[in-house]
Amino acid sequence: MLKLKNREALNNFRNNILSKHQEKDKKLISLCAGSGCGAYGTEKVYQTLTEELAKHNLQDEVEIKLTGCHGFCEKGPIMVIHPEGIFYPQVKETHIPNIVEKTIKNGEIDKSLAFKDHITKKKIFHEEDIPFYKLQQRIIFGNNGMIDPTSIKDYISVDGYTALDKVLFEMTPDEIIDEIRKSGLRGRGGGGFPTAVKWDSCRKHEGERYVICNADEGDPGAYMDRSLLEGNPHSILEGMLIAARAIGSNQGYIYVRHEYPLAVKNIETAINQAREIGLLGKNILHSDFDFDIHISRGGGAFVCGESTALMASLEGNPGRPRAKYVHTVEKGFRQSPSLLNNVETWTNVPVIINKGADWYSRIGTEKSKGTKIFSLVGKVVNTGLVEVPMGTSLRTIIFDIGGGIPKKKEFKAVQTGGPSGGCIPKEFLDLGVDFDELAKVGSIMGSGGMIVMDQDTCMVDVARYFLDFLKEESCGQCNPCREGIKQMLAILTDICKGNGKEGDIELLEEIGGMLQKFSLCGLGTSAPNPVLSTIRYFREEYEAHIRDKKCPAGVCKPLFHYEIDPKACKGCQACAKKCPEKAITGEKKKTHILDRQKCIKCGICYDICKFNAIIIR
Amino acid sequence: MSKIIVDEQYLEIIEGTNLLQACLENNIYIPNLCYLKERKEKNASCRLCFVEIEGMPKPVTSCTLDVEDGMVVRTDTPAVRRLQRTAFQLLMSVHEVDCAHCPANKKCELQKIARFLKLGLKPKGLDHSLRELETDHDHPFLEYFPHRCVLCGKCIYVCKKRNGRPYLTFAGRGLDTQISFFGDKDPLKLPCAECLACTLICPVAAIIAKTDT
Ligand SMILES: Cc1cc2nc3c(=O)[nH]c(=O)nc-3n(C[C@H](O)[C@H](O)[C@H](O)COP(=O)(O)O)c2cc1C
Ligand code: SF4
Ligand code: SF4
Ligand code: SF4
Ligand code: FES
Repeated sequence: MLKLKNREALNNFRNNILSKHQEKDKKLISLCAGSGCGAYGTEKVYQTLTEELAKHNLQDEVEIKLTGCHGFCEKGPIMVIHPEGIFYPQVKETHIPNIVEKTIKNGEIDKSLAFKDHITKKKIFHEEDIPFYKLQQRIIFGNNGMIDPTSIKDYISVDGYTALDKVLFEMTPDEIIDEIRKSGLRGRGGGGFPTAVKWDSCRKHEGERYVICNADEGDPGAYMDRSLLEGNPHSILEGMLIAARAIGSNQGYIYVRHEYPLAVKNIETAINQAREIGLLGKNILHSDFDFDIHISRGGGAFVCGESTALMASLEGNPGRPRAKYVHTVEKGFRQSPSLLNNVETWTNVPVIINKGADWYSRIGTEKSKGTKIFSLVGKVVNTGLVEVPMGTSLRTIIFDIGGGIPKKKEFKAVQTGGPSGGCIPKEFLDLGVDFDELAKVGSIMGSGGMIVMDQDTCMVDVARYFLDFLKEESCGQCNPCREGIKQMLAILTDICKGNGKEGDIELLEEIGGMLQKFSLCGLGTSAPNPVLSTIRYFREEYEAHIRDKKCPAGVCKPLFHYEIDPKACKGCQACAKKCPEKAITGEKKKTHILDRQKCIKCGICYDICKFNAIIIR
Repeated sequence: MSKIIVDEQYLEIIEGTNLLQACLENNIYIPNLCYLKERKEKNASCRLCFVEIEGMPKPVTSCTLDVEDGMVVRTDTPAVRRLQRTAFQLLMSVHEVDCAHCPANKKCELQKIARFLKLGLKPKGLDHSLRELETDHDHPFLEYFPHRCVLCGKCIYVCKKRNGRPYLTFAGRGLDTQISFFGDKDPLKLPCAECLACTLICPVAAIIAKTDT
């Protein structure tokens, strides 16, 4: 590819790509090749599809595009046929002949392959009509389904690098930062720090400035950053280029999680393409601006996502946080002024420059602007990545987009923000999700993780589970976090085993409160959130464990047993057949009997009984 | 000179003096374990030296602040004391308390803090258990006691300062963090026999000369 020498060259290049797109007027099959869909077999589907199209001699009329993640990973591999937007979920190789014959050749929809709505049980044919997508506003994530992430031409064809062009030739650094300030953008890495303030203070410190992308994504349940890295890597590069121009930096780093091979590959490809074409490197588009980006593969510890630990790790030192009384914008990576933003934050930047701060700041709430991508998982019908305006209610996200709780169970709580987030009960379902509202109810935005929990979840066990994760992640340098998490975990484990004592709740509050105030880094200060929020909203559940030695949700095995409710039991034998211990006996149509001595509390009968006759006592 | 108020006491301090240092020099004790006057970059990892400062929303570590004119500081609020007590008890929940057989007895920083906070050395109501660690005892000149160590990092700093490079390091992560000796253990290549700086700086007796064991 030829190096683009100036802005006219970039423009011509774009026009050239666009004119080719139009003249062919082809059908476009977008097939998701993100990590999620890939695991369900995109590769095979792609092969079969290529062969099938060739068989019908359609290879020149139909373009297949392997795209990044569409967000609805649970239904992968996902295929969307444009321009109509026909949506086929869970596509298998065996479906391909039909799809080609019916949809591609004859323009008909194969109803048997279409998406079925969980609630209405109706088939939905077009992507835009599916509730999961319909209520989203995909200003950041939208292009993922449209472009081939390994093609810089695709990115350029959807207005990619126009924002760079604009900041290089039409805006001063002050104007760039001002635009970001007016947009109200806040960091998506968790803290919600105003992005423009960070840029501005980094710019004011003298030295070799660095622009760094935090792609560590240590929260095990969240993968929005991975999806952006895999699906739209150039948008991250463009965001970093814009910041580099604004603060006067010539070097950038992307610190990406080692366990993300496809993300690393795609971002590497993107960097190489941008270099080749002259959008990274020296004298970019003849603007006298030099900037290049390097990749550093992180080891994968959760705490390495913390800003100072990340920079230590980037230098090749152990990833331990340091006290931040000197900020990283002044002395960060290599003791130089360093500007760190999260992947999603970076991808917001070109959108703001292109569409303007006025447009952008109309989305969201007063203090949290724009959209946020959430990773919706747990006990919810539709799991996946969901991009909604800030301020969208939990109810909309979980019930309208997420389709509610499966198996007609009750919603109990949602944990937001990753392993150190808080659990929010149903009283707050109408809470508009933004940085400040989440903080008010004792949780955090964090990574944007959202784990939905149903009635069968024990909140004490949940707190125990997250602390067990965090215990392994504490870097160990400061006493409150190192010993505090361990002690809280010991108390919670005791409570779950039935060894809870009076005073345990107060002790948890005491230690948790100390961690929040005394820990050195955000891991320690946020680690008590799962404990303190569950105590705040589900105190009676803790008390039941400690005083009555009962686990009302039927999770902590020493603290409950199953019984058969004779009034509800229809004697269908479903449970008796499935019990691995043969603990349930009974004749057909007669009330069954559960032998508590034999029962191992596996819960199979509880899940299987259609009449709710198995009860937790 | 900066005029500051600490616990209702008016003090005149040279501008830019470390706040913890200034308090200690004026006989206002603040519990601390990792502070070293000569170390420029404070590691602030013991998390004990908290104070409250007018105009700041949360308690802050005094070892990371410099004195500023007009500062109003409280070192003894009930809130801070309570948090310090909890933190100190956590620290002691993994400590092998055996003062009678410990070389630090009577000059020990932990004993001092316990007395100051009016606490016993053995934590109440917490699970008290020593960490399970594999510790290297091969060093020709030094012996390390992980169950006494408070992981303040002072030894690493003084070692590096004295010898141009550290012969000690933090090893392990999380609950397994400890001090370890690294590099060549050939006695002829080690400066330790003449140095022993770490043993002198250690606020407890977690590193001592082998000859003292
Ligand atoms: C324990 C811990 C883990 C973190 N992990 C991440 C992470 O994986 N990705 C991320 O972007 N930010 C993470 N952060 C937040 C970063 O420290 C930092 O605030 C962020 O990268 C700044 O970017 P932003 O202003 O764009 O949000 C973490 C913070 C803590 C305390
Ligand atoms: S709070 Fe935890 S993770 Fe952070 S520095 Fe302290 S020990 Fe390390
Ligand atoms: S280090 Fe201090 S508290 Fe610990 S045993 Fe020795 S004298 Fe006692
Ligand atoms: S050995 Fe002593 S000086 Fe070194 S970290 Fe442990 S307590 Fe501190
Ligand atoms: S002396 Fe301040 S944190 Fe240790």
